[in-house]
Amino acid sequence: MNAHRLGLAAVRSASASTPFFSQTLPRSLLAATLSTSSSSSLSTPSLKRPITTQKLSPEEGQQVLANQRLNRPVSPHLGIYKMEQTWFGASAWTRITGCTLSGAAYVYFTAYLVSPLLGFHVESAALASGFAALPFVLQGAVKFALAFPFTFHFINGIKHLVYDLGVGFAKKDIILGEKLLWISSLIGGGYLAFGL
Amino acid sequence: MAALRSSSRILSSSSRAAFRPSAVFARSMATVSETEQQPRIKSFQIYRWNPDTPTEKPRLQTYSIDLNKTGPMILDALIKIKNEQDPSLTFRRSCREGICGSCAMNINGQNTLACLCRIPAESSSDVKIYPLPHTYVVKDLVPDLTHFYKQYKSIEPYLQRDTPAEDGKEYRQSKADRKKLDGLYECILCACCSTSCPSYWWNSEEYLGPAILLQSYRWLVDSRDERTAARKSKLENSMSLYRCHTILNCTRTCPKGLNPGKAIAEIKKQMALGA
Repeated sequence: MNAHRLGLAAVRSASASTPFFSQTLPRSLLAATLSTSSSSSLSTPSLKRPITTQKLSPEEGQQVLANQRLNRPVSPHLGIYKMEQTWFGASAWTRITGCTLSGAAYVYFTAYLVSPLLGFHVESAALASGFAALPFVLQGAVKFALAFPFTFHFINGIKHLVYDLGVGFAKKDIILGEKLLWISSLIGGGYLAFGL
Repeated sequence: MAALRSSSRILSSSSRAAFRPSAVFARSMATVSETEQQPRIKSFQIYRWNPDTPTEKPRLQTYSIDLNKTGPMILDALIKIKNEQDPSLTFRRSCREGICGSCAMNINGQNTLACLCRIPAESSSDVKIYPLPHTYVVKDLVPDLTHFYKQYKSIEPYLQRDTPAEDGKEYRQSKADRKKLDGLYECILCACCSTSCPSYWWNSEEYLGPAILLQSYRWLVDSRDERTAARKSKLENSMSLYRCHTILNCTRTCPKGLNPGKAIAEIKKQMALGA
């Protein structure tokens, strides 16, 4: 350690012999070197600030700020955020599946209401016979289109009831829950569509 | 022995330098032999927008740097770009160790602190850096957080009591009560969580957002605070608290590993049970 100190002292004493780092250099001289005004002959061009500043009163400054605020863009959000947390997040899909379910119900009920007026049949018997005429794959697809929204919405609903108890908020639980939700609702939807 | 030898080197070289004042800055320490390394070029696409030219659309600008000559973190890369390539690149930074929350930004699709986020050196894809999502941009990566801070002020984030301390000196609390504040007081208000929340994106005018609600819970759960009822009644409306739909982007993104989602759930539970 002492040896290091000695070494440092040697470097210092060496540097003291150069005028720039000497403690005896008056502060004013140093300030003149660093200042923007070029009154002193000491000021070197390389130390000049390349920009000029403008003096503003507080009110004018406030006005500049207000004008800037009028033009500020909103930073990108849905377009750049991680897809699995926005477009493929459980929250978005709960809405989508919920809207699908209620939308399908509204469409069917409205059709039922107006069917006597327009002369077509959507009673259970008519639907069942029409559905039986479809090929198996199409039957399954139609059923899956209704069954998956149901299973997803239902299972995520239960997940949210668990959240309301304050359980399952650890990061790994969140990720596990999301995976289980997708797997179980896809399998459940598939079973309802093709298994039954 | 090794220390002795190296210090004697310093002595000898510096004493030599003392005779030649012009060579003061000659390298006196042992130098690492600089073997030629293959440059590891990484490209950074960074969001740019300049308030001086407000009609110009925001754009992504690409910078390439050599990772061998850069520190490990995204912030190191940003500072290197600003120092060496483009001094007009604007971002906030201060502590460079995840305690000030200044350098919060969206990196590769997730909000985090640039100083705590490693440069993904393995992947060859570009790093994309945006300001915090759905905020007004002041310049480049600097978002306007005025409203965020106003919301923080609105929850009165300080101890409020009517009764004086029993011993006239300090407000005491049990170890168990103190433990309830762990995971809450560490929040640095970097706004990563609030700006990751889609609910906050669409309703930031009225919805407080995860960061502020975490702080709200921090004062609700503090055993020394006596305004719990008043604090709760301020949250008793459809917007302040209940715009939270437990999306949990907040918990996933928090660079400090805190759990705003859990805190909000606890507030909801308290509100429902009246506890």
